[in-house]
Amino acid sequence: MAQFLQLALSGIAIGCVYALVALGFVLIYKATETVNFAQGDLMMLGGFFAYTATAVMGWPYWAAIVFALAVMAAYGMLAERIVLRPVLGQAQFTVVMVTIGVGYVMRGVVTMMPGWGTDTYKIVTPFAEKVVNLGGAAISLEQLMIILMTAALCAVLFGFFRFTRIGIAMQAASQNQLAAYYMGIPVARINTLIWGLSAAVATFAGILLAPITFVHANMGFIGLKAFPAAVVGGFGSIPGAIAGGIIIGLVESFAGFYLPEGIKDIAAYIVVLIVLMVKPSGLFGEKLRKKV
Amino acid sequence: MRFHFKTDYDQDIRLFKDGVQVFWYGLLAVCLLGLPLVLPEYLVGQMVFILIYCIIGLGLMLLIGFTGQISLGHAAFLAVGAYTEALLQARGVPFAVSLLAAALLSGAAGVLVGLPALRLKGIYLAIATMAFGFIVEEIITRWEHVTGGNSGKQLKQIDFFGVTIDSDARFYYLCLGLTAVILLGLINLMRSPTGRAFVAIRDSEISAQSMGIHLARYKTVAFALSAMLTGVAGALYAHKLQFISPEQFNLLVSIEMATLVFIGGLGSFHGAIFGAAFIIALPQVIVFMKDYLPTAVAQQTGLQPTIFGIILICFLLFEPLGIYGRWVKIRTYFSLFPFYRRGMFRRQKAYMKSDRLK
Repeated sequence: MAQFLQLALSGIAIGCVYALVALGFVLIYKATETVNFAQGDLMMLGGFFAYTATAVMGWPYWAAIVFALAVMAAYGMLAERIVLRPVLGQAQFTVVMVTIGVGYVMRGVVTMMPGWGTDTYKIVTPFAEKVVNLGGAAISLEQLMIILMTAALCAVLFGFFRFTRIGIAMQAASQNQLAAYYMGIPVARINTLIWGLSAAVATFAGILLAPITFVHANMGFIGLKAFPAAVVGGFGSIPGAIAGGIIIGLVESFAGFYLPEGIKDIAAYIVVLIVLMVKPSGLFGEKLRKKV
Repeated sequence: MRFHFKTDYDQDIRLFKDGVQVFWYGLLAVCLLGLPLVLPEYLVGQMVFILIYCIIGLGLMLLIGFTGQISLGHAAFLAVGAYTEALLQARGVPFAVSLLAAALLSGAAGVLVGLPALRLKGIYLAIATMAFGFIVEEIITRWEHVTGGNSGKQLKQIDFFGVTIDSDARFYYLCLGLTAVILLGLINLMRSPTGRAFVAIRDSEISAQSMGIHLARYKTVAFALSAMLTGVAGALYAHKLQFISPEQFNLLVSIEMATLVFIGGLGSFHGAIFGAAFIIALPQVIVFMKDYLPTAVAQQTGLQPTIFGIILICFLLFEPLGIYGRWVKIRTYFSLFPFYRRGMFRRQKAYMKSDRLK
């Protein structure tokens, strides 16, 4: 039982990271109907900024988080304005290819930065290597903090989308751009803001992930596991992304323990193929029917 | 300026529009045949890679450029082709048979992937094919007693009807012959009802369906054909490298193949060939450039992905028709000489087909 609990908690913890990256996908998908393949790389870059703030500039952990979030939000908005705005409205996959290109550039530039390079770095957290005893299971405080901080972020985002003017405008723009535009919502500017928000969420995921996998230039590839998460939850549903991420995390965690070696790495993809074949709209996806 | 006066319906489907085209393509063929006599051994080897990537590009162009189905898992078909070839050659199966088997097995894998594709569109399809690619890569890594796992597999030289392909020049002629046959086959396919159906599906599934095109059948055929060609390329690729291991068939390879098609120019076979030449030539050019860059920059491993990414973005932003589009513009400029105007190829206002419910 203790072991089960331990597996479940570590699964949920890694699932939370997938969930946050998937949340980034969903935010951008809802706004522009394209998928950002550079989401994992945004997470990686955010991790590097947080590392620089703590290790090089010597800032406290929480200040570093705020710093990384702010820088990455600005970066996300800038990226949208410069490379994505010009292709907005082009065929869906053209935009996807642009984001793949952005990912290549980010990975390349990070390895070329002096002080970053191809090495692996550690972000020192205030709750490192502490263990909590929970019902006989030894749970590391880091994993618990990942879950708590994800929950906190979700609460903040919920409040943001529910109660602020910009949040409601974002919802409106994602439901029907034309109608939102007629209501006086500056849709293009909202898209830019969503990219900023999405980059900040990715950064948050990167900071949470850093104690587990450390910060390195290829960290972004873990973002690929967030695709299954987003699809399982139903692309375009924010609660779905969170649920999907946690499901994928749990599946991976249990598959790694109970199933033969090697299944763990592809468990997420097997799940996504099954979901796509059985219920392509995902668990929380809305049923859409197109009229001619 | 050239005019084509149409006096016969056959003119619409003729392979070459006029004698001028026959002349230029003939000249190209002669040049390609004579290339190994002039070029040094190393460059002939690079030409072989370009031809192999041409076959991949043609297969992927058929799928992405002509049928409008996205795939981010094509490295899996390359792997199926390569491993089939390696295993059959080790059993002593002649090359012609093993190449055919590689093509058929990859085609079968293509049908397998095509099945979910019947229900999926756009980004979902990309994710499904990507998942398939990951799964195949993992199977190859884990199925050690057949594939050799991470330690890889060695291949011998090809014995092609008694001729041993032991030099790059011979390999070059083999690849050139195969590429030419495949290209002719594809050009003919695109002139046939099947090819027209592919294009109709790309442009609008709903109108294609209304015209009586069986969507499921044609999408599966497109996937199977594309996978077959990639399998053929995989078999050749395995022989060229003489050693294959799972990491040669990962997601980055699939993405590279997709970018090949986009950079070359969607919707034209010329584009696939230009794209292949570009993908192979770029690393060589970067290596060459390194001599002229300050050492602090030249020593970086990140240089190549950065340049690759920037070129990809620039093409998508400024030249959505790819290298082939640029070539057509230059050609038109000269053939119309004083009358070319900048607005001639202006991008038409394109609107994304929204999946949202209105």
